[in-house]
Amino acid sequence: MGISFDESVPIYTQIMKSVLWDVATGALLPGDKLLSVRDFAKQAKTNPNTVQRAYAELERMGVVETQRGQGTFVSASPEIAREVRSEMTTAAVESFVEEMRRLRYSDSDIISLVSQQLAKTGTNSSNGAAQNGPSTTNDHDGGVQ
Amino acid sequence: MPAIELTDVHKRYYRSHALRGVNLSVDRGKIVGLLGPNGSGKSTLLRICAGLASPTSGKVQVHGQDISIATKAITAYIPDIDSFYSWMTVRQAIAFESSMFDDFVLADAMDLVRELKLDPDNKISSLSKGQRGRLKLVLAMSRRAELVLMDEPLSGIDPPSRTAILETIADRYRAGEQTIIISTHEVLESEKLFEDVIFLSEGRIVLTGEADQLRAERGKSLNEIFAEVC
Repeated sequence: MGISFDESVPIYTQIMKSVLWDVATGALLPGDKLLSVRDFAKQAKTNPNTVQRAYAELERMGVVETQRGQGTFVSASPEIAREVRSEMTTAAVESFVEEMRRLRYSDSDIISLVSQQLAKTGTNSSNGAAQNGPSTTNDHDGGVQ
Repeated sequence: MPAIELTDVHKRYYRSHALRGVNLSVDRGKIVGLLGPNGSGKSTLLRICAGLASPTSGKVQVHGQDISIATKAITAYIPDIDSFYSWMTVRQAIAFESSMFDDFVLADAMDLVRELKLDPDNKISSLSKGQRGRLKLVLAMSRRAELVLMDEPLSGIDPPSRTAILETIADRYRAGEQTIIISTHEVLESEKLFEDVIFLSEGRIVLTGEADQLRAERGKSLNEIFAEVC
């Protein structure tokens, strides 16, 4: 895992986000095992206590489950990926719209600017998950929708 | 009970005043960064905690006890200078250290030597600065010490060795049981490793806190905060 951090943002929230991305995009599927705390810490050269804190926070959110002695797994519930993805989507859209309104664009301007941008960057034919995530190495989109 | 507690600690060397009233409490079971520019008092503070120097005034306790043979037995200290016998081989240096400390685990040392790509039969005198830095780490991390004090473990060391050192600390650190205090003025590379940080400037503590909380409050990296407060 080539996770790279922005050191001006809390490290544990970045660890959480990287797992959430992988869950939302299907790079991690329900029941998949996360890296152990120690392996994650070693690879990212970060503090094991910080990784532990991020995993504990994800567990509180219901995204992962820890099984004693076995490790931490993505929650087996299939709705989790959909929930995580929809929350991340809402947050992204809200912050985009807020910024555009601060720049004093009307709603119709915003829509036409988005259409123009979409046209410029080509067609994205996907109608499912597993697109544009940070980890696009594998292409399974089965368990997500 | 904190790992280390300092109350109004001063240290004077003739004319200079290395520590000017330091009050500090370090939690147990964390990796703590002791950050400050050269000459800020980091080495003096670590040497006092290791029992290698005594304060001019003030009180120092490790695990609730005054500095003594008992506190030294649970403390591993890595100086920034080399303290090896240059005629020894890596293997002999490890055997020597093993004979000095009851809590030294030889099998761990040999594992680490392999992980850190040191040749056990090389003479200390033939090692590069980076290799010596890695050997110092082998010696410190092979002890079951509850308190590890590392003085500038990255200073003057080549980038691959720095990476190897940071990786080994993250991997071998016994979370929860062990307290590691690392002094450095090179914050950029090491900052992800610290749970708590102490900023020292001109013999005084100018800021302490939890690393992620400071990042959240200030929207800055520890390295940027370092430039501001030190």
